[in-house]
Amino acid sequence: MSMIKRFKISFSRMFDKLFKKKGACIGIYGPPNAGKTTLSNRILRDWVGNEETMGSVSHIAHETRHAKRRNEVSIESNGHTISLDIVDTPGLATKIDFHDFMEQGMSDSESKKRSKEATEGVIEAVKWLEDLDGVILVMDSTENPYTQVNVTVIGNMEARNLPLLIVANKVDLPDADPGVIKEAFPQHPMVPISALDGVGMDSFYEALAKQFG
Amino acid sequence: MDLISEAKISQMASMEKVRYIIDEVRKGKILVLEKGLNPMEEAKLIEMTMSAIQPDEFSGIEMQSYPSNGDASILGKLFKKQGNKRLTVIGPANQLKTLKKDRNLISALVSASK
Repeated sequence: MSMIKRFKISFSRMFDKLFKKKGACIGIYGPPNAGKTTLSNRILRDWVGNEETMGSVSHIAHETRHAKRRNEVSIESNGHTISLDIVDTPGLATKIDFHDFMEQGMSDSESKKRSKEATEGVIEAVKWLEDLDGVILVMDSTENPYTQVNVTVIGNMEARNLPLLIVANKVDLPDADPGVIKEAFPQHPMVPISALDGVGMDSFYEALAKQFG
Repeated sequence: MDLISEAKISQMASMEKVRYIIDEVRKGKILVLEKGLNPMEEAKLIEMTMSAIQPDEFSGIEMQSYPSNGDASILGKLFKKQGNKRLTVIGPANQLKTLKKDRNLISALVSASK
């Protein structure tokens, strides 16, 4: 992309940010089991109420197999209110083996069905990347952050000049080390949280308003 | 294992690159790309890999590339080189296993048997 074209895109985004009233559409991405749906549910519980959830959660990977969108979630932070459309996406992966589901106690046919649906979910998540205004990338603080999924999502946001917020999730677990995530991707803001317990959510909403507001 | 030069891969259109990689990996080849793919091509590769997955035949790919040396400053964004591509290794998920990875090192185990 030429420098002039890049400048035009940056200027256009700046103009949109200043004058556009519509809320940004933000995708929640990450590898399977990083806690994307737990975070989505936490956001809805904090700002929408009414027991509304984005989806069910499970320890078995690929529980979310279709992207789900919740429009106009109003979030207040530091005296400012922002309205965001939140998209909870299926976990991204480069491989899906139905044997992994069988090891979790599923039958052969159930595993193959889940595997097929999971592949469709990944395709859906990849396609959503083209229609978003920004991404919340959820990483598991107990895992190595240098996964291909993380590298590819970050690369796509950088190439499109779109804002990105990294969430180091699961800090409630004893092996959590959010510092490793910060060290891996120092060029992007990172917030350590536990979406399950609600730890760090105030800092998360502040960072959210700053990045996407 | 095929070590593929930037000259070879840069002659191909994005779709050709992705198709070539999937076809070679499905034959059981491990590919090392001198300059890798750009992030959009990586996303397209993930998408096409998902379409190619078949139970008991092909469970997907193992792909590893280094993270970009991204510069988040305004000047960095304006002057950065397109893609910032770096070496990438790709192989069948059942034959290539990543043991360790950090900013500048990829350690992987390659097995001959499926």
